[in-house]
Amino acid sequence: MTHDSDHYVLDVNGAPREVTDSWLGESLLDVLRDRLGLIGTKGACEQGECGSCSVMVDGVLVCSCLVMAAGAVGQPIQTIEGVAPVGAPTDVQAAFVEAGAVQCGFCTPGLIMAVHDLLERTPKPTDTEIREELAGNVCRCTGYGRIIEAVKQVSVARRGRPS
Amino acid sequence: MPVHLPDSVETAVVHLAEDPAATVLAGGTDLMVEVNDGRRRPDGSLVVVNRIPELRSWRRDAAASSVTIGAAVSYREIETGPLGELVPALAQAARTVGSPQIRNAGTLGGNLGTCSPAGDGLPVLAALDATIELSSVSGRRIVPVGEFMVGVKRNALLPGEMIVSVTVPLVEGWQGYAKVGVRNAMVIAVASACVVLDRQRQQVAVALGSVGPTILRCPDAERSLASSIDWDTLEVATVALERFGELVSSESRPITDHRSSADYRRHAVGVLARRLVRRASSSEVAA
Repeated sequence: MTHDSDHYVLDVNGAPREVTDSWLGESLLDVLRDRLGLIGTKGACEQGECGSCSVMVDGVLVCSCLVMAAGAVGQPIQTIEGVAPVGAPTDVQAAFVEAGAVQCGFCTPGLIMAVHDLLERTPKPTDTEIREELAGNVCRCTGYGRIIEAVKQVSVARRGRPS
Repeated sequence: MPVHLPDSVETAVVHLAEDPAATVLAGGTDLMVEVNDGRRRPDGSLVVVNRIPELRSWRRDAAASSVTIGAAVSYREIETGPLGELVPALAQAARTVGSPQIRNAGTLGGNLGTCSPAGDGLPVLAALDATIELSSVSGRRIVPVGEFMVGVKRNALLPGEMIVSVTVPLVEGWQGYAKVGVRNAMVIAVASACVVLDRQRQQVAVALGSVGPTILRCPDAERSLASSIDWDTLEVATVALERFGELVSSESRPITDHRSSADYRRHAVGVLARRLVRRASSSEVAA
């Protein structure tokens, strides 16, 4: 399969999104924010160190700044906008609010993506597992205590619900 | 520019042959850092290789007692899956690569393609005497990893050639990887070491990262330890272990740069190598 680097279609949050006039090498982060208007995904370091641009591509959590958008054609992409509609937060989002795990909020979308992914794969994470799994998401103001608390709250609450 | 998403090695190498300026993209974790920073701009076609089933899979060859790992197998798969149980040092190295997001995208083949002396998978491949399978329109060839890595970010890939897989012998004995950085997560190795104790052949292999222009083996230290270790218990007398550490340090060729000093690196690889050998005869594991 071959397509042109300046005109292609991405599968974002379950819908085909046309990308035009892109340059080869443009990151998925820039395409999501600047071309598709999906500004929930944040950008900071642009070298994969901060995790604020975390999205799911083809079912795995990645830094969208390190994904070449033109190379992601044909793979399902999920951003924070595709996690839940505004006004109807997921259990993870609600727990972040409940635990006070949001201060400036810049790292929050990336962390929400990472926590959903973590709890899908590891429903009962230990403290060490939570810390290791979230090591790619840097928060500079909340501190990690409340974030870890929020993850634990969701883990406990999910165990109580019928599967 | 055309963006190719080939589904076979045979198609991919045709694209590479058509355009000498083509860029090969696997996980993107190295390439995109350079692109985002403006240090590199892909100006030819793009060949995305991470959809090729042969590159995305691995297989165990029971007869040859080896595993062959596709170049686009991610560090995450190496870290967490059954592959990690077969090659534990590679799983340990994988666990130290970047963050979960980086390990989900970054590939073993990408580590070889970039060929940084700090690439975490590379000391393990060097200590295990891995072989690399390369392909181009002219056919396939197999290169020992020691010949593939030729210098700082330089490898033996020829124009139009791509990395297909890595074959790693399965070793009976013990193997481990350790690295030093400024913290535990998201660090590029300041110094790293892999130790393999091959009980069957009674051979020791030590490979060092970030202390030379490419990965270094330590033949003097290897011989010294092979003759002083108790091959049943993998225990080593304190004096012999000290000697081993000194030889490892003396066989390193570090430089001073923005990450660390040559003196610290020389010291650190000796400590790491000794620590790994001690780990082999105890129940101590990396936290």
